[in-house]
Amino acid sequence: MTRDDIFQKVAATLVEALNVDEDQVTPESTLQGDLGAESIDFLDIVFRLEREFGIKIPRNELFPESIFQGDPEFVKDGRVTPKGLAELRAKMPYADLTEFEANPTLEGISDLFTVNLIVSYIESKLASGAKAAA
Amino acid sequence: MRWIWIDRFVSFESGKSATAVKNLSLAEDHFADHFPGHPVMPAALILEGLAQTGGILVGDANGFTRNVILAKVPKATFHRDALAGETLTYTTKLEQMGEVGGLVSGTVHAGEELIAQAEIFFAHVDPSQAKDLLGTDNFVFTGNLQRMLGLAKAAAKSSGAA
Repeated sequence: MTRDDIFQKVAATLVEALNVDEDQVTPESTLQGDLGAESIDFLDIVFRLEREFGIKIPRNELFPESIFQGDPEFVKDGRVTPKGLAELRAKMPYADLTEFEANPTLEGISDLFTVNLIVSYIESKLASGAKAAA
Repeated sequence: MRWIWIDRFVSFESGKSATAVKNLSLAEDHFADHFPGHPVMPAALILEGLAQTGGILVGDANGFTRNVILAKVPKATFHRDALAGETLTYTTKLEQMGEVGGLVSGTVHAGEELIAQAEIFFAHVDPSQAKDLLGTDNFVFTGNLQRMLGLAKAAAKSSGAA
């Protein structure tokens, strides 16, 4: 399955889960800001992706909940510290942090959850599944 | 209060489907206020009946060991009002079951006529989350609902249908 095939399927899943129009879903769309996802929608999305791609998505792997839980070492004055950034990189290896690192505000974290993040996650998941099967 | 919005299960196939009926009586309180002089069943209560019919499928799939909550109604369409004196048939199908929860699709008929259809997503909640959210009671599956299901299963066995 090519990355574009994965994107098409992810987009179709988001259209179903979030009741958005197909043309609203671009690779760069943020789930919360652009597509209006709420917390419960994340569960729904995970659930539908499992069915669509025939994979298991462990809790907190695709959408980690409360990454920092107010840990002062990770967040200071509303900004994510270098240590926090390292934690983000570890917990969300599929996220593109390039832009975020330039201005790492706590509110900016929700913008890391994009359609691309899901596509990258699924891509790596399918690749590791194929490896395991081989 | 008895928060039961179905009267009887007419069929139940574990892990697959459940059908229940609900008779609407003008004596039910909601008809008095919804609306004065024009009694129609509130659509939210129709959904509740459908959710009770389908939610028990999700609970049963794990032997009622997990807390199940109605998390989301991704889709719901109402075709016409449900009126006093009618019998609603709630037909539900378990579309998908997973670690996160279960997805149920369902229809509501009055006789042959389709009144509503919906998809309902039920989520499992961890005991720790559940305590914060729900208190110590497993409010989704009250003893009453499970008793009704027990009766339905017994009836199905004695008629040889199950």
